[in-house]
Amino acid sequence: MSERRPPGLFCAAWLVARKDLAIEYRTRTAFFSALVFAVLALTIFYFTWDESVISPNDRAPGVLWVVLTFSALLGLQRSFGLEEYDRGIDALLVSPIGRESIYLGKALGNLLFLCAIQVIAIPALALFYNLPVGRPLLIVTGIVGLAMIGIVAVGTLFSAMAVNTRLAELLLPMLSLPFFVPVLMNAAQAATKIFAGRPVAEVWPWLKVLIAFDIVFVVACTIAFPFTLEE
Amino acid sequence: MAQTSPAVEVSGVSRTFGRRRAVDGVDFSLDAGDCLALFGPNGAGKTTLLRLIAGLLKPTAGAVHVGGRSLRSDATARAQVGLISHQSMLYRALTPRENVEFAARLYGVPDVHGAATRALERMRIADRADAPVRALSRGLQQRVSIARAIVHEPRVVLLDEPYTGLDAAGGAALTDMLHLLRSSGAALVLVTHNVDEGLAVASRAAVMLAGRVVRTDDCATLDARAYQADYRALVLGGSVPADLSVPA
Repeated sequence: MSERRPPGLFCAAWLVARKDLAIEYRTRTAFFSALVFAVLALTIFYFTWDESVISPNDRAPGVLWVVLTFSALLGLQRSFGLEEYDRGIDALLVSPIGRESIYLGKALGNLLFLCAIQVIAIPALALFYNLPVGRPLLIVTGIVGLAMIGIVAVGTLFSAMAVNTRLAELLLPMLSLPFFVPVLMNAAQAATKIFAGRPVAEVWPWLKVLIAFDIVFVVACTIAFPFTLEE
Repeated sequence: MAQTSPAVEVSGVSRTFGRRRAVDGVDFSLDAGDCLALFGPNGAGKTTLLRLIAGLLKPTAGAVHVGGRSLRSDATARAQVGLISHQSMLYRALTPRENVEFAARLYGVPDVHGAATRALERMRIADRADAPVRALSRGLQQRVSIARAIVHEPRVVLLDEPYTGLDAAGGAALTDMLHLLRSSGAALVLVTHNVDEGLAVASRAAVMLAGRVVRTDDCATLDARAYQADYRALVLGGSVPADLSVPA
């Protein structure tokens, strides 16, 4: 029998991501949970701050990052949970694809999942807080994209580590949130300046830190991931 | 090119979890077309041994080779293996066809749709191929799981209690499929509690107790009834009768 050629790193990653997205499309459990959380959080924050004390432009970046962080955790939680139910992860591990592909596929699936949430959450934020639409919102969307890559890179790794533990729901945020701090600090600073009408050149140092974080953690987590699967 | 290495070679494999030695110095090799039935009580180390062979666990000592290559480091070796467990390893939100096609893509099967259809037909589940897995009974899910494991026509098939949850038709389909795999040159390792089911397809039988293989037999020369009685005495007594072969 001729030897078949298993898919390469990125092709296998895409297969894993596509499978995860197909499952989420069928069930929509995590998507609706994260979406309801995002819209409720926006609504609650809208009514709990006094507009005469803090302007909507000043509030919006903070609200955005709270919504992004916690809706991301909801998505990340389910990422490896769906592999555990009937040990689908064993079928992936026995297959000829590299373990790095599993990580990259999971991360890509999580990133696309978060993008789908933000497609609704960011316009809702602009609507609630009467933010300037157009270029500033587009730039902030780009900053959100950079932040999400870092959050997903770290969160996917910790999701794999936490899933087999008894306190998975608690452990994932406890492990992830300290690593999210550098991403959130830089992204929040940059978004605040953009909403205040400052030019992109002024936020460039923060964006460079975000890009560096993304590159370092995507590479480091891809290398570290196979070791998290050892029993 | 003729394959000179054994299909499966397990050399001095041990695995400990903390202080507990789950598998202790197991050796055996299987050639193409061989089927080893591995019997033993709960906790004997059968599933751990199968997970070691599948590359899901790293041995504390010893090595496992498939076709002369290490499963853990060689993707080509993993492409030759199919794993069937008592857990279905399926995604419940997807249909049987989607599950099997996903597996086929992971193994680089050229005609994904055709291969999935053939595998589902072999396990007599093609008529339910487009219903979600979660809507299927446990037995039907097990058939889909078997179809998923054989879609890439593996040369080595590892089976952990594959008859669990199968009805008579499902069991018969599985037995037929195992005979077919053997006749096509695949080597099988079958872990089961059920001696009758194991002996029906195996060429060799082994008994594990406390992590060690304590008895091996050639099924061609085996009296099934006597073997059943010996096995029962071995498992219930927990000791190895003096006339049984015990590997050093």
